Amino acid sequence: MVTTVLFYAFAAILLVAALGVITARNPVHSVLFLVFAFLQSAVLWLLLEAEFLAITLVVVYVGAVMVLFLFVVMMLNINVEELRSGFTRYLPLGIGVALVVVIEIANVIWFRSEGQAFVTPTPHAADYSNTKELGGVLYTEHVFALEIAAMLLLLAIVAAITLTMRTRHRPGLKVQDVPAQVAVRAEDRIRVVKVGPVKE
Amino acid sequence: MIDYALAAPEIFMTAAICVVLIVDVFLRQEKRWITYTLSMFALVGAAVVSLLFGTDSVATTFSGSYVADPAGNALKLFAYVIVALVFLYSRDYLERNGLYKGEFFVLGLFGLLGLMILVSGNNLLVLYLGLELQALSLYALVAFNRDSAAAAESAMKYFVLGSIASGMLLYGISILYGIAGTIELGPLAAALTEPGGLTVPAIVGLAFVIVGVAFKFGAVPFHMWIPDVYQGAPTPIALYVGSAPKIAAFALAWRVLVEGLGPLHVDWQGMLVILCVLSLVLGNFLAIVQTNFKRMLGYSTISHVGFILMGFIAGTENGVRDAMFYTIVYVLMATAAFGMIILLSRRGFEAESLDDFKGLNQRSPWFAFVMLLIMFSMTGVPPLVGFYAKLVVLQSVIEAGLVWLAALGVVAAVVGAFYYLRIVWYMYFAEAKDSSPLVAATDLRTAISVNGLSLLALGLFPGYLLNLCASVLG
Repeated sequence: MVTTVLFYAFAAILLVAALGVITARNPVHSVLFLVFAFLQSAVLWLLLEAEFLAITLVVVYVGAVMVLFLFVVMMLNINVEELRSGFTRYLPLGIGVALVVVIEIANVIWFRSEGQAFVTPTPHAADYSNTKELGGVLYTEHVFALEIAAMLLLLAIVAAITLTMRTRHRPGLKVQDVPAQVAVRAEDRIRVVKVGPVKE
Repeated sequence: MIDYALAAPEIFMTAAICVVLIVDVFLRQEKRWITYTLSMFALVGAAVVSLLFGTDSVATTFSGSYVADPAGNALKLFAYVIVALVFLYSRDYLERNGLYKGEFFVLGLFGLLGLMILVSGNNLLVLYLGLELQALSLYALVAFNRDSAAAAESAMKYFVLGSIASGMLLYGISILYGIAGTIELGPLAAALTEPGGLTVPAIVGLAFVIVGVAFKFGAVPFHMWIPDVYQGAPTPIALYVGSAPKIAAFALAWRVLVEGLGPLHVDWQGMLVILCVLSLVLGNFLAIVQTNFKRMLGYSTISHVGFILMGFIAGTENGVRDAMFYTIVYVLMATAAFGMIILLSRRGFEAESLDDFKGLNQRSPWFAFVMLLIMFSMTGVPPLVGFYAKLVVLQSVIEAGLVWLAALGVVAAVVGAFYYLRIVWYMYFAEAKDSSPLVAATDLRTAISVNGLSLLALGLFPGYLLNLCASVLG
C-alpha cells in the first residue's frame, strides 16, 4: 500500500519534471529538470528492487553525464529562440511519433496481456542484494566480455589522445614549462644587490 | 572452471599492447624504432604463444564465450604475418611523411586484438565487442594524419556508416536473443532448428545481422565507405584497412552465419546471392573508370568480396573452406598491391595515380615483374594463386546448383581483367613520366619481393594451402 502511494507520487513528479525539460525557456533550467527527472526514476527503480540500477543512474547520469551537459550548455551559449523556431513546424511529426509509441505500448500492455492475470512478483528477502547478483554474473559468466570492454575504453583513450594532442615544440612558441616553474628557487628570481654607502 | 590457457594469445597480446603503450610514452622521436621493434616482437611472441597453446580439438572457455579451434588458430597466425608485413611496409613511408608515431603501432595492435577476439568469439556479445574493438582502432587510424582534410573526411564517413552498421548488427542480435533466449552460437543454432520455431522474426533478425556482416566486408550496397577510405587514408593505413580486417570479416561471417545461424541457410543464401551479384557487377564496372590506383583497388576489393561470398552461398563445408582460401589469397594480394604504392612513393609524393606505373619496367624491371605477378594473380591468370582461388569458389557454387552465378562470376573476372592488365600494359609498353630509379629500404624491397613471389609459389602448389584450410576447418 505504501509502495503504491510512493510510486504514484514519484511518477507524478517525474512527469512534471519531464515536462519541465521541454518547456523551460532557460537551457540550464532544462538540464536541472532532467537531473530531477533522473532522480525520480532512480526512486522508481528502487521500488522495483533494482537498487544497483538506481545507484548507477544517480552516480553515472546525475553525477557525471549531467554535470558535463551543464558545462556544455553554459559554454556553448545556445540561442533558445533559434532552437524553438522549428517547434510548431515539427509538431505534427512529433505527435505522430508519440502516437505510434503510445499505440505500441497499449498493444503490449492491454491487448497482448488480455485474459492473463497480472502477477505481482514476489518480493525478495531483506538480505537479497541485487548488486551482488549482478556482480556475480558479470565477473564469472561474462568476465571475458567485461575485459574486452575494458580494452575498448583504453583504446578510446588512446584514440582520443592521438587525434587531439598536438605536441608544441616549434621554436619561438611561448609555452609553460611546468617542471622549470616548480623547480625555481628564490635565488633565480631575486638578486640581492649590496649597495655601498654613497658619498654626498 | 575457466581455462585461461586457451585464451593465451589474447592475454599475451593485451599485455604486449600495454607494454608498447607505456614504453612509447618515454621515447624521444629519434628512438621511435624501439616502438617498431617492440611491436614486431609482440607479433612474434603472439605467434609463439599461439603455436604453443594451439589445440587440435575444439574447446570452449569463459562459460562458452570463447572458443579455441584449429581454424581460429590458423587465421590468427596468418593475421600476425599480415600485420607484421603492414608494419614493415609502413615504417619507411611513415618516417618520410612525418607520421612516424608510436600510436600507429599501438592502434594497429589494438585492431589485431579485436580481430583475434572476433576469430575466437563464441557468443554474439563477444563477437560484437571484438568487431567494435577493431572498428574503433580503424576509425582512429584513418584520421591519423590530422593535417589531411581528405583523411578526416573519409574517417568521418567511415565512422558514421560504421556506427549505423554496428547499430543494425546489434538490433539483429537483440531480435535473435529474444527468439532463442541465448547469445551463444551453438545453443542458438539448436534453438533455431526446433520445429515450430519463430522463423519469420528470426529472418528479420538475420537480415539485420547480414547488414552488419556485409558492411564489414564492404559488399554492395554497403560498400560506400571502401573507395573513400582507401583513397583518403594515408597509404600504410589503407594497406592496413584493406588487409587484416578482411580476415575479421570472414571470421564474423563464418561464426555468425555458418555456426550460429546455420539452420537459416536457405534464407541467408538468397540474401548473399543479391549482395554477391551486386558486388561483382558494380565493383568491376566502377573499377574500370578509376584513374586513382588506390580507389581502383577499393572497387576491386568490392568485386573480390563477391567471390568470397560465393563460398558462403554454397554453405557446404567445402564452400566455407573455399571462402577461407579466397580470403587468405586476397589479403596476400592486397597487401602486396598496397606495398607497391608505398615502394613507388617518395617524400611528399604519393604514387597513387595509374600514370605513376607507366614505364616501371625501365625504372626497375624486377619490381615491374613483381607487380605483374600481383596483377595477374588478382585477374586470375594461371599458374598464380588468384586463379585457383577463383576456381574453387566457382566450383563450390556450381556444386550448390547455381550455375548462372558461376557464369556471372566468370564474366565479372573477364571484365576485371581489363583494369588489372591495363596496369601491366602501362608498366611495360608506356613511356615513363620520370625515369628516376626506385629508392627504398632493403627490408621493404625484400618483403615485397617475397610477398609477390609467394603468390606464384602458392599458385604452383595450391593444394598445400587448400588442404590446410580443409584440415583446420574439419
